[in-house]
Amino acid sequence: MLRFLTRRVLGAVVIILAISFITYLLFFVLPTDPAQLACGKNCSNKVLVAQIHHRMGLDLPVYQQYWDYMRGIFVGRHMPDGQNCAAPCFGFSFANDQPIWPLISDRYPTTLSLAVGGSAAFLIIGVGLGMLSAWQQGKSFDRVASSISLIGNSVQIYFIGPLAIALFADNLGWFDHGHDPTWSSDPVGSLNGLVLPCLVMSVIFWSNYSRQTRSLMVEQLSEDHIRTARAKGMSSKYVFYRYALRGAAASIITIFGIDLGSVLGGAIITEATFGLHGLGTLAVNAVYQLDLPLEMAVMLISATAIVVFNIVVDACYALIDPRIRLA
Amino acid sequence: MTTLTKPEAEPRPQESEHFLSVRDLYVQFATEDGTVKAVDGLSFDLDRGKTLGIVGESGSGKSVTNLAILGLHNPRNTTIAGEIVLDGQELTGASTKTLEKLRGKKMAMVFQDSLTALSPYYTVGRQIAEPYMKHLGASKKEARDRAIEMLGKVGIPQPQTRVDDYPHQFSGGMRQRAMIAMALVCNPDLVIADEPTTALDVTVQAQILDLLKDLQQETGTAIILITHDLGVIANTADDVVVMYAGRAVERGTVRDILKTPEHPYAWGLLGSIPRLSASVDVPLAPIPGSPPSLLNPPSGCPFHPRCTFAGEVGGDRCATERPVLPEGRGSACHLTPEQKRDIFIQQVQPRLR
Repeated sequence: MLRFLTRRVLGAVVIILAISFITYLLFFVLPTDPAQLACGKNCSNKVLVAQIHHRMGLDLPVYQQYWDYMRGIFVGRHMPDGQNCAAPCFGFSFANDQPIWPLISDRYPTTLSLAVGGSAAFLIIGVGLGMLSAWQQGKSFDRVASSISLIGNSVQIYFIGPLAIALFADNLGWFDHGHDPTWSSDPVGSLNGLVLPCLVMSVIFWSNYSRQTRSLMVEQLSEDHIRTARAKGMSSKYVFYRYALRGAAASIITIFGIDLGSVLGGAIITEATFGLHGLGTLAVNAVYQLDLPLEMAVMLISATAIVVFNIVVDACYALIDPRIRLA
Repeated sequence: MTTLTKPEAEPRPQESEHFLSVRDLYVQFATEDGTVKAVDGLSFDLDRGKTLGIVGESGSGKSVTNLAILGLHNPRNTTIAGEIVLDGQELTGASTKTLEKLRGKKMAMVFQDSLTALSPYYTVGRQIAEPYMKHLGASKKEARDRAIEMLGKVGIPQPQTRVDDYPHQFSGGMRQRAMIAMALVCNPDLVIADEPTTALDVTVQAQILDLLKDLQQETGTAIILITHDLGVIANTADDVVVMYAGRAVERGTVRDILKTPEHPYAWGLLGSIPRLSASVDVPLAPIPGSPPSLLNPPSGCPFHPRCTFAGEVGGDRCATERPVLPEGRGSACHLTPEQKRDIFIQQVQPRLR
């Protein structure tokens, strides 16, 4: 298991480095000159632009700039213009000259909470529905559940989001309107504010997970080793949970690993729908304002998050299926 | 080989004394195309300490019979009629709970393909220990010790360490041994072995069969051995039932079936076995055609479309009248006893040498 994890972590480091390098190159392939941007729209003073170039370190060779940037993330750095940037340093925003990291550390709890809460919601609801359907295979519950799944598959977050707010927050008053979590000061309120966004976000994943779970469970239940377990006198319930679910869980986790990117995307759309202030809105604004350092940082952090969660997913998979662990 | 030297005229015990008694068993599956008569009026008996071989081609209803004994068929589309009495207890129509208590404890099953029949997610030891904990209320520690003991008994080297291995870390022969250990962990009175050696090398096959026989002598369990291989039967079984299209077509001791078979289907099975002593230019004589569809079985004797000797019976009795299998030694065939003897001696036996 340790060897397995070491191998995965080493692989992940390589992947993150590659992503960071490719993202960094974006600075140079874009047709926009950051110095020109910083100088302003009607700035035609070549000397001033050259000065800005120097201050931003853009006159250095690309590999030097990349090295400085990556080093800054771990140990902090002095920018070429003398500004101090503490670790983790992602540079300064073009738009408002603020250091990037505080902007991000302000926002990521919202996105992370949404992604984790939404995932938990669709895993519990989707997988739970799928298991019930498999247990009730062919009976009316199974049929109703698969029809409902189809509805879930065809709605969008920005469509059910407002509906859910109107119904559950405004009319019934069960939950708060979505708001940003402040875990340290108000954990209960944070939770309450997240219920609706997480649930709405999870809806688009339910159908997929319940259908996948159902078919995986049905497939597992027809396996030979299930029959063997039944032949040993194990009860249907025991066999369902211990044998069939274990087999299905391995595949569900793989699907979840593939979906991590969509989860993050879903979180960003949900933020916009509920007016939350997460990384999503930050990234979208960064694109509008051509705030390259901010874009770079958001991309790098999202990519790292996905890679790290994938390692967690892989580790879970290895825990479930010994054949992977020992391979 | 002790079975072959058994006196032929052994008195058969009375019906009620049999440990396992199957009477007029019918197993039918409802499918979209109609009803599949997988087992169609099957009867046999088995005593403690004895081995019954059930022989037949794929799809002859061998495995279905035994899944029905354990109650492992899918209740949604299967109907079962007839009697299965195990040690005085009626099993057809018994509740799931009753069956779950009997499975693994009183009757156990060894399956064919040990790689798919064992769960890849749990250690071999745990899978062996599970029924021991469930049926005998043993603690985890006791069950683990028992699993180690059983692994040792079935000849797995270093059972103390191998107990924590997963099935994929075992070789095919070792997995099959582990399957046997799993079936025998609660000392069942009846073991059903469904083609236990089919997936194995010939050398390993012999080892597994010997192992089953040794364990049977030790514990006195009754064994049903399902196979399509008459060679397997020769060395292990006491009595044999030959099945065709869900019915028993011939019944007798292993000596009867191998030395003086009566049913043309049994002749065909014997003729299909390659022999080392046979001349290389004499081709094998497989049974022509393929097993009948059980959705729509042939009228009369289900074997008649493939039977070379149907013409020897007067009229079209083979196609219209279903032959009856007599109690005890006998075969379900319209040929007269004299015809059976003569055809076997004159036409079939010469090909078997």
